[in-house]
Amino acid sequence: MFNEKELILEAKHVTRRFPAAGGRELIACNDINLKFYKGKTLGLVGESGCGKSTFMRFLVWLDKPSEGEIIYHGKDITKLKGKELHKNRQNIQMVFQDPSTSFNPKMKIRDIVCEPLLNYHRIKPSEKDATARRLLEMVELPGDFADRFPHNMSGGQRQRVAIARALALEPEIIVMDEATSALDVSVQKSVIELITRLQREKDITIGFICHNLGLVQSFSHQIAVMYLGNIVEVMPGENMAQVCCHPYSKALLDAVFDTKMDFSKKIEPIKGEPPSPLDVPTGCPFQDRCEKCMEICRKEKPRLTALSPEHEVACHLFAKGERA
Amino acid sequence: MAMLEIKNVDISYGNNVTVKDCSLTLGQAEICSIVGESGSGKTTVIRAVLGLLAGGGKVTAGDIVFEGRSLLKNSKKEWRQLRGHDISMIFQDSGAMMNQTRTIGKSFVEYIRTHEQLSKKEAWEKGAEMLERMRLPDGDRIMRSYPFQLSGGMRQRVGIAMGMTYQPKLLLADEPTSALDVTTQAQIVRQMMELRDEYGTSIILVTHDLGVASYMGDKIVVMKNGRIEDKGNRDHMLYETENTYTKMLLDAVPSLGGRRYV
Repeated sequence: MFNEKELILEAKHVTRRFPAAGGRELIACNDINLKFYKGKTLGLVGESGCGKSTFMRFLVWLDKPSEGEIIYHGKDITKLKGKELHKNRQNIQMVFQDPSTSFNPKMKIRDIVCEPLLNYHRIKPSEKDATARRLLEMVELPGDFADRFPHNMSGGQRQRVAIARALALEPEIIVMDEATSALDVSVQKSVIELITRLQREKDITIGFICHNLGLVQSFSHQIAVMYLGNIVEVMPGENMAQVCCHPYSKALLDAVFDTKMDFSKKIEPIKGEPPSPLDVPTGCPFQDRCEKCMEICRKEKPRLTALSPEHEVACHLFAKGERA
Repeated sequence: MAMLEIKNVDISYGNNVTVKDCSLTLGQAEICSIVGESGSGKTTVIRAVLGLLAGGGKVTAGDIVFEGRSLLKNSKKEWRQLRGHDISMIFQDSGAMMNQTRTIGKSFVEYIRTHEQLSKKEAWEKGAEMLERMRLPDGDRIMRSYPFQLSGGMRQRVGIAMGMTYQPKLLLADEPTSALDVTTQAQIVRQMMELRDEYGTSIILVTHDLGVASYMGDKIVVMKNGRIEDKGNRDHMLYETENTYTKMLLDAVPSLGGRRYV
């Protein structure tokens, strides 16, 4: 399914440390290796505070990793500076979770969606009207919305404007940080339909952060599960409910409520909460909440091991590359 | 006899009628989920039950009857005895309902002492015990913490512990899990189901998550633009309903192994 020639961005051993009080260190991302393919969606799942947003922010230069490199078309983008950085920013754009706080409330929609284009001198100010109309129609909004302010629109409409703004520069990669979690289910569905349609038409790569596995599996080509700064499982999005095998991914799956589930079944949530990222236990990060915790889990940290070409898991249960 | 009856209630803010002709009955140990998009008036309905309508909201028609007595004629004193004793509420973020500059213990002790004549020490012990019953390890430490020192899931459990101190007959839950992670959400959902099984508490759950609503609710009420669009038992609502709006909402819920867009 994934052709190595289609690989456009690769994160290699990305680590981010933040200094903390008392000379300690907080490791938000620990040795992350992920690959993004042309026109495919990578869903990144995990609980809050597991470092998924921290990682995605590296891609749009909102932050820099402490170690490791991110290769985009053969170049390490974490080392870019000045003019080259400015030029490269066009290729990777971002959609934020809360569209009402990611817009300037005093700007009209026309100025919001055209700002990136003006910034890169791709259009003349006189072309603003026509461009705004074209962009709004692309995200299925009436062109007249160009005259509105963000507060005159509903949450779903604002999120569409945010998508239009991110797509204005025709980037190769879009990062979406929980782009649908502030929306109602019916609106969420239409936004997902829009995103997938645009992805097909323009062959865009999407990095999607989400904590709802039910949602993320419905449109991701590959899914990475993150826990306490570590990637614990990378798997294909199709049939993920059947193939996932890390105890944490399974726990996340069990925690999904949907309308077709068996209601008489008692839910068995995993106990407790993730430990503070300041004192991650030695060994497997998931050990204290894992039912299958063994002696080795307390001593040695499991590495990502390939079960199949597209499926990797970091768990001692599968250390020999076979299913238990 | 139904424990709570909401009879043809209209609720207005100023001259705007926000909720129109809302009727609902709830029996002992029953869970009713109210679902709907934002702005459909679901929170307004349960706030009206507790007499807590914000910004001059008023019940302008109909009646709300709790155990045979109309709630609308309650005096301030009667409300004080009822709230937190017979009817409790859990909010979306229980941390925000507490005073940020006071420890959980201080708020909890004050709450207990409004309803019961206990010394501060006894009230503190009662609070700590209640926290431990709600699966918060080391209740004493939590009583000494400030709301911002706890995680979202822990704060929500503190809210449930406070709400359950007097084993209320009716628990109103306003989006109790919307701000939480999926794993924490599952823990809280399970805990609320146990409340019903152990104490026979009736629950009205307001949520926009249809998955949680159908897992927990015996009955489901769908609201749209301030009116009840559709209501019925869970199985009826999920499989038999003819209502197009309900069907549209159900269809929009992403489900595992369900529709894929790519």
